[in-house]
Amino acid sequence: MTHQYPSLSTEQKKELSDIAQRIVAPGKGILAADESTGTMGKRLQKINVENNEENRRTFRDILFSSDPSISNSVGGVIFFHETLYQKSDSGKLFPQVVKDKGIVVGIKVDKGTAGLNGTDGETTTQGLDGLSERCAQYKKDGCDFAKWRSVLKISDGCPSALAIAENANVLARYASICQQNGLVPIVEPEILPDGDHDLQRCQYVTEKVLAAVYKALSDHHVYLEGTLLKPNMVTAGHSCTKKFTPQQVAMATVTALRRTVPASVPGICFLSGGQSEEEASVHLNAINQVPLHRPWKLTFSYGRALQASALAAWQGKAANKKASQDAFCNRAKINGLAAKGEYKPTGSADQSSMQSLYTASYVY
Amino acid sequence: MTHQSPTLSEAQKRELHDTALRIVSPGKGILAADESVGSMAKRLAQVGVENTEENRRQYRQILFSADDRINSCIGGVIFFHETLYQHSDNGVPFVKMIRDRGILVGIKVDKGVVPLAGTCGETTTQGLDGLSERCAQYKKDGAVFAKWRCVLKISDTNPSKLAITENANVLARYSSICQQHGIVPVIEPEILPDGDHDLKRCQYITEKVLAAVYKAMSDHHVYLEGTLLKPNMVTGGHSCSTKYSPEEVAMATVTALRRTVPPAVTGVAFLSGGQSEEEASVHLNAINSCPLAKPWILTFSFGRALQASALRAWRGHKENEKAATEQFIKRAEVNSLACQGKYDNYGDASQRNYGSCHAY
Repeated sequence: MTHQYPSLSTEQKKELSDIAQRIVAPGKGILAADESTGTMGKRLQKINVENNEENRRTFRDILFSSDPSISNSVGGVIFFHETLYQKSDSGKLFPQVVKDKGIVVGIKVDKGTAGLNGTDGETTTQGLDGLSERCAQYKKDGCDFAKWRSVLKISDGCPSALAIAENANVLARYASICQQNGLVPIVEPEILPDGDHDLQRCQYVTEKVLAAVYKALSDHHVYLEGTLLKPNMVTAGHSCTKKFTPQQVAMATVTALRRTVPASVPGICFLSGGQSEEEASVHLNAINQVPLHRPWKLTFSYGRALQASALAAWQGKAANKKASQDAFCNRAKINGLAAKGEYKPTGSADQSSMQSLYTASYVY
Repeated sequence: MTHQSPTLSEAQKRELHDTALRIVSPGKGILAADESVGSMAKRLAQVGVENTEENRRQYRQILFSADDRINSCIGGVIFFHETLYQHSDNGVPFVKMIRDRGILVGIKVDKGVVPLAGTCGETTTQGLDGLSERCAQYKKDGAVFAKWRCVLKISDTNPSKLAITENANVLARYSSICQQHGIVPVIEPEILPDGDHDLKRCQYITEKVLAAVYKAMSDHHVYLEGTLLKPNMVTGGHSCSTKYSPEEVAMATVTALRRTVPPAVTGVAFLSGGQSEEEASVHLNAINSCPLAKPWILTFSFGRALQASALRAWRGHKENEKAATEQFIKRAEVNSLACQGKYDNYGDASQRNYGSCHAY
């Protein structure tokens, strides 16, 4: 605690900071295309497509070979390990396809959750073993950022102090190792939306979790300017009987972040959780219109909320490739606007009239 | 950790937030006039004045009788307990004099430092006993904000983990209790400038200390929008052989704060430590001119750096009172400009180089 043993040189810090800034450049967010093999299985099953390596390659190819203009909305793509070494139909490695569009390549590096004994079904995340060597290799193979997902849940007894502290610690270890290898760590402490808790409860838990995350990052000497945060938005639980407006979600979310996320963090890229494509865009847009000072970029890191329509349009058929790409580009464009607070869903009021919805009497 | 047991109502939160905003309104800062009897002894000794209650009263009167020029410079005054119940020569309570010009009244509530056994000369701060009842009374007596000072120091072995966590914890307890009574807590984790450490070391330690402070605030459910921070600026130690420019001090200071102080904190009001009046103002100005984005107000909470000239001009002589008050007003006006980044009357503006942020 008394002496600093510098972890990064000035040049290393600059590199990390520059990468982070490029990913969250104004109007841009992240395409989370890092679904594990198992998760892709669930997605493909919904459109009756077999979960084999070629089908997984084909679908990612559809996304990555979209019109180069998607780089106006997409600053980074998160890859799954398998995908990093696959090629497009034209024979080019996927990282190169993405980089050629000026988009930064990222890689999921965690190895899934593991049970925490003595808790009510809570988990930590594994993947630290040999992580340094893996990061060095991924950097050589074209990656400039990484992602690691920790999971917490809300219930009567959760999240427990152990779950919060353990996940915060493991996220900080991961972040520290990434930075040593020139990779910007995306820190993802997801609090699941499962449950019947209300908005206030989610906000409270989110504040506690994020406070612990940033204390752990400080303890582990992580360079915040070279990180990104991927949190949940603050929403009520899925089975909560009360419904909350986008403005309420936005205020609760931004308030929680203002109380916990230091200004030196360049960007916050929300996960979409169980939200529909439109819901995720509308919420992101509302977040970017909140009349509170927001010192970080607030953008997206969406998986399903960017791909659902594309997947549905594809149906596993080559003939649907263009329709699928159009659907994807459309969502990318909408989320790019939402990341600037400029998304106007047809039939919605203009910004000034939306503002009045924020001046609620409720003090978050 | 799972369920929130609400600490403050919406109305209470709003009151605290509004108070904090008023104290640090643009162009305003805090006059720290809360020197204990012991500290006043040191100040008065320097100008050959005996440390009596009457002399202390006369001296504070010099500051509080400043004219309306200070209304746009001073958002709050921190009182010492004794002073809160003193009056002017005309029998007007000091509290009334201050409140009548729209300046908020604050009160120092800690009871000084005590040693932490097993450490190398480190301390914590006492004053929690009965604090709730004291706060309730101070609120009735006109105070709307409070101050509590913790002290840490830099050396080969310090600050220790215990000193950091213990002081962070006690600051959070104090804050929590204040807020229950509608009193905005000014949180002061002072890292002393004593020593030969360099700027980088001070920055590193400031970051560690502030990270611990805000984790403790979160653990104690403190409403950040209704608090103010009173930290040290990040500087080289007093005996450090390297001299740093105001721009370097500014970059190191703002970087440290950006990494640790949540944007929800309404304002940061720096202590002046051992800095001279001019040094403190020049640093504050550089901090406000620094090109990094700053989501909180950055202003002053100065004691000596607002009063040194006034004290010297007074020297205990009634006939010097007006001149002494003028000196105070002058510093208040300079710092009002500095906290807006408008104090440019020093050096050559074109020479100011803030350098690369990645070096910090």
